[in-house]
Amino acid sequence: MVMNISMSCSTRAMSPSVRLQEMIRVIRGARTQGEERGVIQRECAAIRAQFRQADNGTRSHNLAKLLYVHMLGYPAHFGQMECVRLIASPRYNEKRVGYLGAMMLLDEKQDASLLITNSIKNDLSHNSQYVQSLALCTLACMGSAEMCRDLAPEIDRLLRASNSYIKKKAALCAVHIVRKVPDLGELFTPAARSLLCEKNHGVLHGAVVLITELCERNPDTLEQFRKVVPELVQIMKGLVMSGYSPEHNVAGISDPFLQVRILRLLRILGRNNDTASDAMNDLLAQVATNTDSSKTAGSAVLYETVLTVMDIKSESGLRVLAVNILGRFLLNNDRNIRYISMTSLQKIVQTDHNAVQRHRGTIVDCLKDQDASVKRRALELSLALVSAVNIRSLMKELLLFLSSCPPELRAHTTSGIFNAAERYAPSQRWHIDTILHVLTTAGGDVRDETVPNLIQLITTATELHCYTVHKLYRALITDISVQSLVQVACWCIGEYGDLLLRGECEETEPVQVTEDDVLDALETVLQSHMSSPATRGFALTATMKLSTRITHNVDRIRSIVSIYGSCIDVELQQRAVEYNALFKKYDHMRAAVLERMPVIDKSSPGHTNGESAGGIKELEQTKLTQEVVLPKDPGNQVCDLLDLLGGSGEPVPSSGLSHTVPGPATSTSGGDLLDLLGGLDVSPAPPSVKVYEKNGVTLKLQTDSQTDTGMTITLTATNSTDGDITSLTLQAAVPKSVQLQMKAPSGDVIPARGLGLVTQTVLLNNPNKVSLKMRVRVCYSSQGAVCQDTVQIDSFPSPAW
Amino acid sequence: MCVRQRNRLHLEVAMIKFLLMVNKQGQTRLSKYYEKVDIGKRPALEADVVKGCLSRKKEQCSFVEYKDFKLVYRQYAALFIVVGISDTENELSIYELVHNFVEVLDKYFGHVSELDIMFNLDKVHIILDEMIQNGHIVETNRNRILAPLLALDKMAEAH
Repeated sequence: MVMNISMSCSTRAMSPSVRLQEMIRVIRGARTQGEERGVIQRECAAIRAQFRQADNGTRSHNLAKLLYVHMLGYPAHFGQMECVRLIASPRYNEKRVGYLGAMMLLDEKQDASLLITNSIKNDLSHNSQYVQSLALCTLACMGSAEMCRDLAPEIDRLLRASNSYIKKKAALCAVHIVRKVPDLGELFTPAARSLLCEKNHGVLHGAVVLITELCERNPDTLEQFRKVVPELVQIMKGLVMSGYSPEHNVAGISDPFLQVRILRLLRILGRNNDTASDAMNDLLAQVATNTDSSKTAGSAVLYETVLTVMDIKSESGLRVLAVNILGRFLLNNDRNIRYISMTSLQKIVQTDHNAVQRHRGTIVDCLKDQDASVKRRALELSLALVSAVNIRSLMKELLLFLSSCPPELRAHTTSGIFNAAERYAPSQRWHIDTILHVLTTAGGDVRDETVPNLIQLITTATELHCYTVHKLYRALITDISVQSLVQVACWCIGEYGDLLLRGECEETEPVQVTEDDVLDALETVLQSHMSSPATRGFALTATMKLSTRITHNVDRIRSIVSIYGSCIDVELQQRAVEYNALFKKYDHMRAAVLERMPVIDKSSPGHTNGESAGGIKELEQTKLTQEVVLPKDPGNQVCDLLDLLGGSGEPVPSSGLSHTVPGPATSTSGGDLLDLLGGLDVSPAPPSVKVYEKNGVTLKLQTDSQTDTGMTITLTATNSTDGDITSLTLQAAVPKSVQLQMKAPSGDVIPARGLGLVTQTVLLNNPNKVSLKMRVRVCYSSQGAVCQDTVQIDSFPSPAW
Repeated sequence: MCVRQRNRLHLEVAMIKFLLMVNKQGQTRLSKYYEKVDIGKRPALEADVVKGCLSRKKEQCSFVEYKDFKLVYRQYAALFIVVGISDTENELSIYELVHNFVEVLDKYFGHVSELDIMFNLDKVHIILDEMIQNGHIVETNRNRILAPLLALDKMAEAH
């Protein structure tokens, strides 16, 4: 059946098709890529030979074949001059193929394109409208600025005095000209204005597009065209309220394409202008209520209406109407419409928060949608809608989502949940429970800072220590595969193990454990091959700490510690050796050293000494030395130890070193100690680039880590002036498809004379892999004056490892 | 700490960037570019775009975010029609446009198939040029689109 149709087509067709069809058949017959290439090369050679010969009536066939070959991806540049020749031919077939060839093979950079200017000029005044249209189409496709300047008056003439077939094409040709040579906009403005009176939809459409282009380029023209808003409103009314019109009907809507265009033009005209916005208010309400949204065509119009309403200065009733339309879209069966709705809601959730909140239920339901992109949108919207009022119920949904969400969304979900929990947690217990739930469900996808953050949170919730350690112990004996959870659990048990052993707890069912049980749990972690080196370090330290919290089994601890003194892992070995020393030579200090820790202050300087000095091993060594220096009574006993390790003489503030967990932040004083511990290799800090230096304030940027789809960078600010810099704020902007998350800065005061610094970590998620750029605005107060500067960052240094 | 996204100016003109017809094996049956794309870069772009669309599952929607613009695709039997549009263009409207295009082809060829398109590429180009010009819609009425082509067919027959 198909072949018959082709055959009948070929007899009716214009001649080029026959030879072309033969060639296509031959190419399709080729069985391998190599064979196909062979066929095509032969054909191209034949075509080239024929081009060199005089006109033998086959030129258009050959060019047609060449264009087909070009579409398959083979080179066809030798056909360019042939296009020029064919365009100049008087026969329509040849002109047609020539112009098509020009559109496909020529662009401004080729010299040949200039040669067709004259042909186009002549053809624009040809007596056949089809030839005119060829010329218009080609000019609109590949006309250079020169050609456009040359031919603009012709186009203007055609815009005024020709039939509607030509007028509509001329209008779009004018659009191209204006894009190439913006100054020519003024030339077309009067003609564009008068075209609005036409009845023909094609011409109207072209006119609206042309006016849109003119207004977007020139604010004065925009001002002028505001006067036609009433006219546009009339045209729209006509389209919306008219009955069935067979000419332009698409699924019951009268010319939806034209409606969409007019709505967009109205949007541009009404933006930031009260009068124009008022004039279109009624119309927009009418379109919103009268358009049937059961099919896509109607939804397209409604969608454009919503966008327009949100962008102009509309009254609040209209805005609510628009948001409700989006809410209705969410319930639509067609997933395309649901997706569109999500995207739009996301754009307006900040500005019309309350209106969107009303649809929270539907949005949360979309978390269960099949389509991954709808899910992602629903997640982002849900996170944006979290508030103090709905945190409990919304978090339930989010946690449910987390247990079944696609892997690529997990990291985003966990960090979103953590942020929301931090901002709106109704109670500390709820907060801790939530974080633990997340760790149990998706502990492998949380960010590194989660562990120290959770620990900090636990220490501050002093009444809940008993509850927390019970919960974590239970989690630990169930499953030790999730590293983040295990680390926190070990730390907790080490710290609050005595509460566990006491066997009583108000908040939850107490466990009946013996000291051996607890030590068993920790040893299991130590010995398991699932535990990472960092985790084992946690476990060993926790075991050591228990030596002051338990009474009977201290010997067992002693033996564990001495076994690990010969462990292959250097880090563990180091710790074990030092703990051994603590048992043997410095036993009198042990209790003080392993005392309960004070509450960790969140924005401590410990966070800010930002040079991440390389691997975790380094950090753990610093950790140990920090612990040693930690206790509040820096009595004489401790000084000996400090001297042994060659530490800095000045007392380091306890809050600064309370960061005893291996995390990305470290303390630079650790660096000194390390140096004196026998020339240990501190790997160099990753290269940091200076991005801003003014008034004594320097801002450096370093890349902490980088993947295909994102990176983590740290901005460090220092101050070399004599006075403190206060009220430091950093703001950042990134390209549209990149997601930005700025962590809390370490502080907003940079001490004078370089005695301290402020850091802020920024996470960039770049799923579309566009080139990353960032603009950072720096604001601060220096010596009473407020300074503000913006820097553009176009390239990022590579991470150290 | 507030984060400000750069305010996207509307210099990002709403337009169609390209239109492709590709079959399930990834072979291009028709390609039309309305925005400057280096001739050398076109095969790579086509391959990439097609890969993105062919790998979509049935439950996923017809709009794909690709680099910094969007793709709208529809499947008709073994053919995919993929339209690349700028960020600011209305996706639903383009979705309708694609269907309109297919309906026009259907009317001209009578139950159009992939082979029809392959062997009559020049005519399909003519039809497309009547519908879309330099990235914007020119005409959507079926009869008006086909009128020039039918007239030319008559002229050819007469010769």
